[in-house]
Amino acid sequence: MSFQGKKNNPRVTSDKLIIKGGKIVNDDQSFYADIYIEDGTIKQIGENLIVPTGVKTVDAYGHIVIPGGIDVNTCLQAPHLGMTPADDFYHGTRAALAGGTTMIIDHAVPEPGASLLAAYDQWRDTADKRSCCDYSLHLDITRWHDGLFEELEHLVKDKGVNSFLIFMAYKDKYQSSDTQIYEMFSAMRELGAIALVHAENGDIIEEEQKKLLDLGITGPEGHVLSHPEEVETEAVYRAVTIAKQANCPLYITKVMSKPAADVIAKARKKGMVIYGESIAAGLGADGSHYWSKDWAKAAAFVMSPPLSPDTSTPEYLSSLLSCGDLQLTASAHCTFSTAQKAVGKDNFTLIPEGTNGIEERMSIVWDKAVATGKMDENDFVSVTSTNAAKIFNLYPRKGRIAVGSDADIVIWNTKETKIFSAKSHNLTVEVNIFEGMECRGFPVVVISQGRIVLEDGKLNVTEGSGRFIPRKAFPDFVFKRIKARGRMADARGVPRGNYDGPVHDVISMTKSVPATPTTRGPSCPGKTPLGPARNLHQSGFTLSGTQMDDHIPRRTSQKIVAPPGGRSNITSLS
Amino acid sequence: MSDCRRQWNREDELPVYLAKPISTGPSQRHKSYGYTSIDFQQYAVGRNENRSSRSSSRERIVDGDFEAYEISGGTFISSPGERDDGRPGVEITDQTEKECDCQNNGKSERLLIKGGRVVNDDQSQYADVYVEDGIIKQVGENLIVPGGVKVIEANGCMVIPGGIDVNTCLHKPYLGTPPVDDFYQGTKAALAGGTTMIIDHVTPQPGESLLEAFEKWQEVADKKSCCDYSLHLDIPHWHEGVKEELEQLVQEKGINSFQVYMAYKGLFQMPDSQLYEAFSFLKELGAVVLVHAENGDLIAQEQSKILGMGITGPEGHPLSHPEELEAEAVFRAITLGNRVNCPVYITKVMSKSAADTVATARKKGSVVFGEPITASLATDGSHYWSKNWAKAAAYVTSPPLSPDPTTPDHLNSLLSCGDLQVVGSGHCAYSTSQKAIGKDNFTLIPEGTNGVEERMGFVWDKAVASGKMDENQFVAVTSSNAAKIFNLYPRKGRIAVGSDADIVIWDPDKIKTITAKEQQSALEYNIFEGMECHGGPVYVVCQGRTVFEEGKLQVQQGTGRFISRKPFPDVAYQRIKCRTKMMSKQGVSRGIYDGPVYDVPATPKYITPSPSAKTSPTTHQPPPIRNLHQSNFSLSGAQIDDNVPRRSGHRIVAPPGGRSNITSLG
Repeated sequence: MSFQGKKNNPRVTSDKLIIKGGKIVNDDQSFYADIYIEDGTIKQIGENLIVPTGVKTVDAYGHIVIPGGIDVNTCLQAPHLGMTPADDFYHGTRAALAGGTTMIIDHAVPEPGASLLAAYDQWRDTADKRSCCDYSLHLDITRWHDGLFEELEHLVKDKGVNSFLIFMAYKDKYQSSDTQIYEMFSAMRELGAIALVHAENGDIIEEEQKKLLDLGITGPEGHVLSHPEEVETEAVYRAVTIAKQANCPLYITKVMSKPAADVIAKARKKGMVIYGESIAAGLGADGSHYWSKDWAKAAAFVMSPPLSPDTSTPEYLSSLLSCGDLQLTASAHCTFSTAQKAVGKDNFTLIPEGTNGIEERMSIVWDKAVATGKMDENDFVSVTSTNAAKIFNLYPRKGRIAVGSDADIVIWNTKETKIFSAKSHNLTVEVNIFEGMECRGFPVVVISQGRIVLEDGKLNVTEGSGRFIPRKAFPDFVFKRIKARGRMADARGVPRGNYDGPVHDVISMTKSVPATPTTRGPSCPGKTPLGPARNLHQSGFTLSGTQMDDHIPRRTSQKIVAPPGGRSNITSLS
Repeated sequence: MSDCRRQWNREDELPVYLAKPISTGPSQRHKSYGYTSIDFQQYAVGRNENRSSRSSSRERIVDGDFEAYEISGGTFISSPGERDDGRPGVEITDQTEKECDCQNNGKSERLLIKGGRVVNDDQSQYADVYVEDGIIKQVGENLIVPGGVKVIEANGCMVIPGGIDVNTCLHKPYLGTPPVDDFYQGTKAALAGGTTMIIDHVTPQPGESLLEAFEKWQEVADKKSCCDYSLHLDIPHWHEGVKEELEQLVQEKGINSFQVYMAYKGLFQMPDSQLYEAFSFLKELGAVVLVHAENGDLIAQEQSKILGMGITGPEGHPLSHPEELEAEAVFRAITLGNRVNCPVYITKVMSKSAADTVATARKKGSVVFGEPITASLATDGSHYWSKNWAKAAAYVTSPPLSPDPTTPDHLNSLLSCGDLQVVGSGHCAYSTSQKAIGKDNFTLIPEGTNGVEERMGFVWDKAVASGKMDENQFVAVTSSNAAKIFNLYPRKGRIAVGSDADIVIWDPDKIKTITAKEQQSALEYNIFEGMECHGGPVYVVCQGRTVFEEGKLQVQQGTGRFISRKPFPDVAYQRIKCRTKMMSKQGVSRGIYDGPVYDVPATPKYITPSPSAKTSPTTHQPPPIRNLHQSNFSLSGAQIDDNVPRRSGHRIVAPPGGRSNITSLG
């Protein structure tokens, strides 16, 4: 295992630690063992470990010891209408650590048309200074143009980015057309990157938004009305279709509705390499709050795709997560203060989108899925950490408790409950969408990079200690199948003799309009209608005298060009 | 067609009571000699159209021989009870010795169809049908009819409403040349197959006026069509100006269905936002939206990929039109339909996955209709890989036939259970030499297959004869459903008093081997070549006139009338209307938000130049604008919330009345 990017980061010297008496839970098995940590790495696992003196002992009796959570969808710096989120890298990662998440992958969002590399540098710069836990970056492709491939290549090969987000929504801003998506998918397959897709049909959304504003609906309920789940489902279906054509792995961010999740589940059953990401808000809340009489509360839930007003959705999504049809849980944490949300107080389309969830994510999964008996503790580790590490090529450095892995470890209390509230959370926003929710399961000790950052309910984080974790292209978990299929999928033509039958004479038309494969149609003299060209085939004029097929009466008005060698019988159907 | 020629005149094969109709037959059954005084005009309901007698000036094409007619006289009462149970067949008796000439100058006959089983989509019953002036005047037993009617003895055969083929392209040019089956050839073939009405697609060029195209089509069809017809209009391009024309077409011209394309990139394809607008507008007009559902963007990509691989033959066509792209577009069309709350009609459902998508949507309550075509019900796409180029090219149509050989069976099953509703033909016949325009590039092969003649036969053969559907469902999918969806019902699609006399006597046992040599179509090939088809028409009445009997067609060019259709067909729009009432959205009434509002500096508006990014992928990109929000420049000095460290870069405007507590969660 070669780990990059470990050297030149500002780091506090890590403690030597031994975690005793806990049950270690990985995604494949659980066992009782002690863990010895040194230099931010897990050095030994087993019973009766021989360790140097002066080692701090962490008592994990009665708790489970799990790999730190990985939150693969956060937006801690992405601006919306010039507003930066209320929780930046510092506050966001601090809250993440408080909730048991020891690594995030944040979305770097360049302005449409701007360079991806510049956005990457900008995000790196901020995050290196502010982040309290390890991080990595997705890059959002806000506009596709021809020179972008080189940038992607550079990012993948030299900058350690292996995932890019494509938008099917946000018309006239970020949205890409099907053709562009196909091209991007093809490019990503070549590069070994993973295509993340924000799946909503932006065209329909825009029309619905106009319609609702015309109806005089301006409050946050307009958001959910203009983003119906069908529109999400449609886009997921289309993304699946395009990915299938391009033979590219597909990752759907924020699966928020039942039918969208079903489309993913069905596509997986048909053999597609596709991953679906549920988020904390989707598992812990539903969309009924959009109709709250309290504007600030309703606005706090605004995000895209929106929470489904169908109150059975959270339950359904956690069932699919448990059975493996959805693979991981993120938070899509992107918070704006109420004052920022209030920019859209008279027009719901201006409300900045995003909810909190980075801190509550792991607890919600435990409470909704494990405590209810839908999934076991190993699955819990899979969906909160290991699957993310595998898909984004961080495994086994992250997402596993094993010798040599990073010492990102959480000691998890499975028995007691905790109540979420805006008063007690570690965020800067004044609204918590999970306000008052009581959740079973929370972290008692969090170890990040071998250091204890949460203990006895106290956070002890260091701003800027987070390292950028580069990720290599072609994650095995994703690309092994794609590679095999790429070899299989060669289409072959049929070897035939040359067609030597008559060819209808279209000289006048084909010369004036060079037919291209895309301008094809039943009656296609070109996109701009030509003047009424004289149709030679319908005129009575003919140069030729008696024809060999004159005895066939019905073709009298057509001119058949017979080859000099005479007609072959290739035109007859056998 | 050898099989349809029954040898009616062989007396030794006929039952006794039919052997000599002149001497024994009718006269013994006379129960009343008085001329009837039924006022037939009372049955002519709902008919405001001018049923002009344009026929006088028309050329008459007589193919039939009248030797088969045996002459009798006088009025009689029909007796449906006396049927030939032994073997079905049709007897024709002409009682109008003197009125014979009136047939010859083209007026419609008086016909009595006796002893048949009248099959409608809801029930079957033994009844006689009396036809006069092109209209069904009486249905029932023991009808009292005037003298001098031609009697057709159905001998227990099914009497069904004439088929309606809602998808034909008989005048759609390819590179300036029309298909070989024009309105004359095409409708002739339709009649020979038991189809008595077609709805043809008007395909204007992008930029051409819809009205002009409509008039052009109507003119051609009026001159040439042998059966009643109506027209769909294809909308090649959506823009504001088209709305006026659509309105006029719906309100004045009797068009209630319009096709939009999701394929043919750069030509007819519309992006989703235009589709949304088109759907919304057509819904207001009460029209049915027909959708050609394939993802044109991806097809264009696949085509260039496949041409790049050196595949130029017809197999490139299905390879570049995989069925996923069809299913995807169907799904998107239905989503749009649901959002707009507009009925959607998917033309040419060719693959299992597309059909399943339609079926699933119907189960969820969408108002969506699916139309498989003759080709997709009877054959599959394996022929694209034929070594014979001409044969392979003959199958080229869009969406293509699925290479999956289980597809026809699946589509027939869905048709039988009602998940698909209407069978069209997609008839668009280009000769082999026209197809050969694309001999070196499959994307240039003109698209279209035959099927107008074989349509009814194959539905019977594949679905009814195999036991998947019953005869009533057969009538529904070949005729009644189409009439209902396109607002022709009950004038068409039903055998009832007052309906048009478009009647087919159907022999379920007829066996026919399809071959290009004997077809009515002008094509030199037939994609169903050599297939055996059970069931077929033995007698076709169109507009009250006999056009097909004993395997012989006698059609008149130009007798077809344009049938205008009113908007808001009940079967499509009743539910839509209710839903519109139900779905009206209401906002939440809240107090006015009076908390702090973040101050957003003016952003430079940034709009993609083209009407939609979908049609014009990588055209001109505007240069990246300077992002003012990321600059450090600020006009403001000390702020009231400067004490809050984390928001140092933000300005909060507090209302003069102070902060309210509306921001706290209740």
